[in-house]
Amino acid sequence: MAKLELKYGNHACAEAAIIAGCRFYAGYPITPSSEVAEKMAELLPKVGGVFIQMEDEIASMGCAIGGAFAGRKSMTATSGPGFSLKQENIGYAVMSEAPVVIVNVQRGGPSTGLPTQVGQQDVMQTQWGTHGDKLIPAFCPASVEEVMEETIRAFNWAEVLRTPVVLLMDEVIGHMKESVDMTKFKDPEIWNRKKPKVPPEEYLAYKPEEDDVPALADFGDGYRYHVTGLMHDYTGFPTTNPAMCQELVERLIRKVKRRAKELEKNEEFMLEDAEFAIVAFGSTARSAKLAVKLAREKGIKVGLFRPITLWPSPEETLYRLAGKVKAILVPELNMGQYVLEVERCAKGQCPIFRMNRANGQMIYPFEILEKIEEIASGKIVIPVSKA
Amino acid sequence: MLQPIDIPLEKAIEKKPYFKYLRIDKMPHIWCPGCGNGQVLKAICIALDKLGIDNNNVSMVSGIGCSSRTPGYFDGYTLHTTHGRALAFATGVKLARPELTVIVTTGDGDCTAIGGNHFIHACRRNIDITVLLFNNWIYGMTGGQVSPTTPKGSYATTTPYGNYEPNFSIADLAIGAGATFVARGTAYHVTELVNLVEAGIKHKGFSLIEVLTPCTIQYGRKNKMGIVDMYMWLKENTIPLKAWEKLPEEKRKSKLPRGILHHADNREEYTHRYYSVVEKVMGGNK
Repeated sequence: MAKLELKYGNHACAEAAIIAGCRFYAGYPITPSSEVAEKMAELLPKVGGVFIQMEDEIASMGCAIGGAFAGRKSMTATSGPGFSLKQENIGYAVMSEAPVVIVNVQRGGPSTGLPTQVGQQDVMQTQWGTHGDKLIPAFCPASVEEVMEETIRAFNWAEVLRTPVVLLMDEVIGHMKESVDMTKFKDPEIWNRKKPKVPPEEYLAYKPEEDDVPALADFGDGYRYHVTGLMHDYTGFPTTNPAMCQELVERLIRKVKRRAKELEKNEEFMLEDAEFAIVAFGSTARSAKLAVKLAREKGIKVGLFRPITLWPSPEETLYRLAGKVKAILVPELNMGQYVLEVERCAKGQCPIFRMNRANGQMIYPFEILEKIEEIASGKIVIPVSKA
Repeated sequence: MLQPIDIPLEKAIEKKPYFKYLRIDKMPHIWCPGCGNGQVLKAICIALDKLGIDNNNVSMVSGIGCSSRTPGYFDGYTLHTTHGRALAFATGVKLARPELTVIVTTGDGDCTAIGGNHFIHACRRNIDITVLLFNNWIYGMTGGQVSPTTPKGSYATTTPYGNYEPNFSIADLAIGAGATFVARGTAYHVTELVNLVEAGIKHKGFSLIEVLTPCTIQYGRKNKMGIVDMYMWLKENTIPLKAWEKLPEEKRKSKLPRGILHHADNREEYTHRYYSVVEKVMGGNK
């Protein structure tokens, strides 16, 4: 039987992190993510974990990575400008293969923008924010219950892939209260990092196993090794050997990409017979869902595709979707970010319309409905993105 | 070209016990001829050996720069991180595994310019980390640019007309920010440096050991000082604290005191304080 509890989005994130085994949190206050830190400050000491409010965002990211190498499941949470500040050390986590979860409760931007209002403007920053080539998994929940599911999933994949994972929330999801069925989180599946099976003298911290992921020993467990943000060999020692460098970067991307099918997670709503599709994520997807219902009442065959794993993007699924429908509408709270990914994956099979907003306000269901009606009636012929 | 030492490691360790802290297979190191960094690494190793701390209990963390390449040659849990951020990473390691001896190797630019914020806050928290700050008055690895400790009037690649910026007194900065152990040594006075590192590691709290170490290539060349000149400068311009205290005010200005400049035992160490809170909270739940 369901055990319903009313929960606040950001608090749910913290509670789920504890369930996932998180025992280390370093963060810096920033709206609208601060309640994650506040809840962690309360919960972590109760389970013997570490909470520290660092002096800035950069330090928080570094500290979380330090905690991860010292054997703790580690996390930090932030919003827009803080996420920008963390980027260099996120790159370090990619290169040094540190399992760490970064929560970004998005607000309006750029710059300090709209601290207390919603935005979905970090879609591209999540993937391309730090310099160099990489593939960082990013999960995007659209309800409080899903915040819990996705937080646990983020920890699991971070540990298994030895990589940073971003939990990409938005202000509306972080600040909403909803009931959560707690029976789902009573005994969830928890994955842990691979420990070395060889004695310390044979251990190579950066020698990949069959799944392209090297085993990770915790500092303090007798396995002494070197970690650097520089290109490195299997021992972790810096190298400029071209073959080694190429192999390393390729592997860092490949280890995520080869699990793309398992990482992929979407919600499909009334898509079976749909002539039109809406692709939306996070809080916008909730408006879109209602718009779909309203449009169906009017006889317009429309469905919703909601990516929950934003990165790696569901390339094939989006390609198939584009081949099936007459047009796709991508409403999002930015000036057109995920729509680029949809266009890329659709490969020109159908017109793609966009609907963008960056003023801190939600996109309402009736607005999406209006747009769908226009598209269905053929009023808009040329996709806005190509006009 | 220099080759890694060709004798078995056990033999080498027998002769020089501190060799057990070195990754001999990673030698030769990248430092320039005359650089003092190797002396500092040696001092750290000898101090650890004297204290009887096992490799398996030491984590060495660094940022970016010449000083920050030190952990690569140190056989422990070593983290070579991003520029200026060593103390943030080290704080994570220490908090997660308080039983580890955590040593940070950093430079004047790394620690007091880009890392200035982390530095003062680590001092404030009084977390049990021992910092070896290699002060060579210049950015060596990036080509000899001015740093927050470059002496006034000195030349650097970004001060072609001489340095016009006032500089930090690192020791005063650390004491002001709340560090409970502050010392100064040099790469010339290695035996003395060993004692300072030993005392710093033993101290339960934030320890800063500023080590004056010459950058013979970037600083030396720009300021027309040879390798010998630079070590002689250290010899002649630094004096033990006791002797320095006896000097009249006007003579003090041109000299720098060496030794333990500040040692306070009146503040609780950070991880100890944190885990006592955890214990209280967990106990309260029973």
